[in-house]
Amino acid sequence: MMELDIIKDDEMDLLLEDVSTIYGYDFTQYSKASLKRRLNRICLIDKLASFAELRYQVVNDPSYLQRFVEEITVNVTEMFRDPYFYKKLREDILPKLGTYPFIRIWVAGCSTGEEAYSIAVLLQEINLYHKSLIYATDINPTVIEKASKGIFPLSKMKQYSENYIHAGGTQDFSSYYVAMYDIAKFHESLSKRILFSTHNLVSDSSFNEFQLILCRNVLIYFDKDLQNKVFRLFDNSLQNLCYLALGDKETLRFSSLESRYRQVKDQKIWQKLN
Amino acid sequence: MATDILLIGGSAGSITVLLQVLPAIDTDISFPIVIVLHRKSYPKSELDHLLEISTALPVQEVDDKMELENGKIYLVPADYHLLFEDERSIALDVSEKVNYSRPSIDVTFLSAVSIFGDRTVALLLSGGNKDGVEGLVSIVEHHGRVLIQDPVTAEVDYMPQQAMEALPMATILRPEHMADAINQLKHYK
Repeated sequence: MMELDIIKDDEMDLLLEDVSTIYGYDFTQYSKASLKRRLNRICLIDKLASFAELRYQVVNDPSYLQRFVEEITVNVTEMFRDPYFYKKLREDILPKLGTYPFIRIWVAGCSTGEEAYSIAVLLQEINLYHKSLIYATDINPTVIEKASKGIFPLSKMKQYSENYIHAGGTQDFSSYYVAMYDIAKFHESLSKRILFSTHNLVSDSSFNEFQLILCRNVLIYFDKDLQNKVFRLFDNSLQNLCYLALGDKETLRFSSLESRYRQVKDQKIWQKLN
Repeated sequence: MATDILLIGGSAGSITVLLQVLPAIDTDISFPIVIVLHRKSYPKSELDHLLEISTALPVQEVDDKMELENGKIYLVPADYHLLFEDERSIALDVSEKVNYSRPSIDVTFLSAVSIFGDRTVALLLSGGNKDGVEGLVSIVEHHGRVLIQDPVTAEVDYMPQQAMEALPMATILRPEHMADAINQLKHYK
């Protein structure tokens, strides 16, 4: 796709203020570089020739907001992304959590649900799913709706199956879904203990206490102040000695929480100390 | 024009060129170097170590929101786009592939030119798709400086060939002349 430069920095600030004031979605602490690309992208896709047109559409058409939120947030995700990470969950982290009477897991920024389903597969295979509950949340109601259906493009299954095997999976991955035309519909036994819900990391508060929180490749879209705010939210939502997992290039280092967490060796997983 | 950032983009056939060029780059260069290569995300590559032992300059794969320092080499991680947040810090992004690629060379080049303008310098190496060409064109439009590997010397010549056709006036370099051209950049004011 052509990269366009329709939106200027000061215009972006203006638009984000509008969206925050009118609709209560606060993107002002999102990373500017990424957001600007998304705004230019939505102008291109929706054939809006100028910043003024985009702003008019957003301000005057409340029904456009959902689409706006969906397009400016990044919803690219995959099953078993970073297979080593899932292997570590399977072989070490989840079995440790298995000693708890009940395992609550929060997938924050779950997008279309691929990570939540990946976790469900792991839990099923190590016989912990019956006493687990996965809370999968995202800012964006459209992706939550998609996620709850458990339907993914069949064209992705080859790669997901490879990821699954690299992550230590031993079953036939295709036994987890039914292929129909160009889609793969995952079995309902996988989603029955996943609760899908909207949650805005910027403005919503803690809603439970968890043994594992996954928030991978979400914080990269936030500036450092907002990252710290979200870390505090996670800290308030995590039981002592339990785990926070971040994306491969994200870190708890340099945050105010660092001293109270211990990083799991060679992993972007941190354990909350007592 | 002074140089604030040097970008190097490459795909198939570019690693051997880097291993030839990086050792000959002076350690007192007055700008950071950001390298965008197409590569597989799995298994984890040892590319940063390979580049690290080839040069006296510090090499590291970037983390989110990392601050760039002059005289250091930064490698864009597999499966992330790299954007510039401002003149000193970068942001990573896992959005859709561009030119079938993530990282995309175009994404980083275009982001750089929006921050550094005419103080952007980019070098495009061997490769089999046209990722990077649009970015080079934009850098030239903003009066930055563009260097292209001589397609005759490229293991896969499609990428530099496309760049040369889009920018007939650009500087074409054989690998053995690249380090000199890069070392010269610190003398421009």
